[in-house]
Amino acid sequence: MSQTITIAPITRIEGHASIAIQLDDAGNVQDSKVHIMSLRGFEKFVEGKPAEELPRIVNRICGICPWQHHLASNKAVDRCFGVTPPPAGRKLRELMQTISHAEDKLLHFFFLAAADFVIGPDSDYAVRNVIGIARANPELARKVVQMRYMAKMMLEKFAGKAIHPIAGVVGGFSKPLLEAERKEFLAKMHQLLDFALFTIDFAKTEIFPKYLDTITSLGAIKTGFIGTVDDDGALDLYDGKIRLMKPDMSFIEFDSQDYADYIGEHVEPYSYGKLPYARCWNEGFSLDLAEPRGIYRSNCLARVNVADKMATPRAQAELEEFREKFGRPAQATLLYHWARLIEEVYACEHAIELLEDPEITDTNIRAKVEPKAGRGVGCLEAPRGTLIHDYATDENGLITRANMIVGTTHNLGPINMSVNQAARSLIKNGEISEGTLNRIEMAVRAYDP
Amino acid sequence: MTAKIAEEWLNSCSGCEIAIVDMGQRLLDILDKAEFVHIPVLLDHKYLGQLGDGRHIEIPEADVGIISGGIRNEEHLEVAQEMRSKCRTIAALGTCATHGGIPALTNAYHTDAVLERYYSTETTDKPDHWPDDGVPACLDACYALDEKIKVDIYLPGCPPHPDHVYAALAALLEGTTPVLPARSVCDTCPTMRAGKGQLKQLRRFLQAPHYGSPQEPLDKMRCLLEQGLLCMGPVTRAGCGGDKTTPRCIAARVPCRGCYGPVKQDGNQLLDMLNALASNGIEIGSLPEHPSLLRFSGAHRLLRPARQGKES
Ligand code: SF4
Ligand code: SF4
Ligand code: SF4
Repeated sequence: MSQTITIAPITRIEGHASIAIQLDDAGNVQDSKVHIMSLRGFEKFVEGKPAEELPRIVNRICGICPWQHHLASNKAVDRCFGVTPPPAGRKLRELMQTISHAEDKLLHFFFLAAADFVIGPDSDYAVRNVIGIARANPELARKVVQMRYMAKMMLEKFAGKAIHPIAGVVGGFSKPLLEAERKEFLAKMHQLLDFALFTIDFAKTEIFPKYLDTITSLGAIKTGFIGTVDDDGALDLYDGKIRLMKPDMSFIEFDSQDYADYIGEHVEPYSYGKLPYARCWNEGFSLDLAEPRGIYRSNCLARVNVADKMATPRAQAELEEFREKFGRPAQATLLYHWARLIEEVYACEHAIELLEDPEITDTNIRAKVEPKAGRGVGCLEAPRGTLIHDYATDENGLITRANMIVGTTHNLGPINMSVNQAARSLIKNGEISEGTLNRIEMAVRAYDP
Repeated sequence: MTAKIAEEWLNSCSGCEIAIVDMGQRLLDILDKAEFVHIPVLLDHKYLGQLGDGRHIEIPEADVGIISGGIRNEEHLEVAQEMRSKCRTIAALGTCATHGGIPALTNAYHTDAVLERYYSTETTDKPDHWPDDGVPACLDACYALDEKIKVDIYLPGCPPHPDHVYAALAALLEGTTPVLPARSVCDTCPTMRAGKGQLKQLRRFLQAPHYGSPQEPLDKMRCLLEQGLLCMGPVTRAGCGGDKTTPRCIAARVPCRGCYGPVKQDGNQLLDMLNALASNGIEIGSLPEHPSLLRFSGAHRLLRPARQGKES
């Protein structure tokens, strides 16, 4: 008797998705689908709006990474209007982006993902969560809450709003950083760096070794990768060239303005979310586990795979250790968690670099802007992947056309593959337990979609 | 007995849930007093049972039900109705839930036009038909919660300030009703007002407002509306600054866009703003377009597709 198992909703992720697993008569997996359940249509309803308003409209695409939408949008509008922010304006944007990365990774690791490892994948769902962690290890929980809150309040206090920010403005930034604020930020970033180093050590001693088998097998697939690198090939979260790498490590690099020549979006009837693929590989689109076509992944594991190196010393040391163990490119899906913590170290180190740059307190932060007809692509690395906002404006500077590729969507194809792989290897002869279904979700959670 | 809380997000962005997490230490205090029985962002309770073999969406009974996001598709509607039937009190969290929020900008278009654009962008391989396999059908518009279910408590804000989320949760857990400020953003704004000016035209937010030096406190900066920048403070409910009260955008020297929704739950930010401008002698024609004045409150049929393909 064939049967469908529905995991709905997928929990401890950002967004609305569910999994349907189709079993055959013998109770083995025939097929699986990841349903993306909703569509909001920003591409349509921003039409006609003054372009300079977009950065404070499109940030509502995501409440976890609003800074990235806000800033990619600002970059796109700058290009439409042909304006370049002064150095301090650009640096303040980059600082906000970097601190929000640091905050986001703590949120994901401790609040969303860690319960599967700290409490255990097969434990009762009532305790397999951050509340359970808070009860089991109150001291750690207190520290995590405090550190994350500190990062968030830095953004809030300085930039007015941390969720759905408004301080990035076309032509630059809305207010300068005062010297006293710079000093305060610097001290706090050093505390966050210490915590980032503690976290990765904690994970490497207490968590990863215990689950190494699971980590290297659950949801494992073979794909290409995408990410942004600077001129030296080092990982860059804010600006640079987009590097698109095949599983065999060969890669091409392109300017974000040309993204549409390289990336296509495929539509499946079971998902409102579109599934991006590497159109430029000319091999079409397929989620076949043995022979995927056009499939690449984004987010932290992708970024540390495509980058030749990390631009900061502690993160570079972590990357070397990681490569030593897992090679390059590392393909195991749960290694996203490890890569995320390497990036956490980088984000903290890089924020310190930015804050040590005397130019960051310069008061020339916003260039003069005139609305005009134009086109612009704004691109940066959101926590979940390469984020692209592409706008065109008319002579009054109103939006005539908008296209957006959101970081997490690059991974929709791979997530489908990882779920399929996990379901096939875990469900045999119709035997299903809560733990099994949670492990399948863990393959999704690694991507932090 | 600890109170039980169920939380759901519908046509939302998760920012409201992050505002809950952003209570920081106070979240741990709430967790001591309350038990979350359902909250998809943090807890693995499933609609169809933990083995995924149920047929209908089921949410456990709770004293307090918190819902963020508006209602845009059939699943949102089903979840909202299930929450209503299982929770004693329903609180609408965030402006999407109370007034549609940014996603209700979609209401200026027919759903078909939105789908048509989304599935035919320059990077999309246009499909023969729109997704329909296991995904919920879209409704004809994006609705605020109270257009579909009874709402007991309104907590607007995009997102609501964590101080308010905390105060509201603490009140609900004690069985009292949280009270919202019935004032406007202007009433809590420290900027300097010199009275109605000579100003006739609004300018777009393409340059910084005038202020002395960056060190200068906000009460030395002239009101942004009086400086000729569109600022929706007069028609927006106060509260975004939390316990510190200074409006959050103003603190960054950026004008208000109305994210806390209208001052009164059933107000109309578009009409109220046009009135406010007119009574100040400002030419309404100097606004580049009007629907943006409803960018946070386009539900309740305020924002609608125009008949001849023109925006309302
Ligand atoms: S009200 Fe704002 S923060 Fe809350 S769900 Fe809606 S868009 Fe997100
Ligand atoms: S219009 Fe804006 S700047 Fe002026 S008082 Fe109101 S909120 Fe403050
Ligand atoms: S100033 Fe206005 S737009 Fe800004 S946070 Fe407050 S209510 Fe929202």
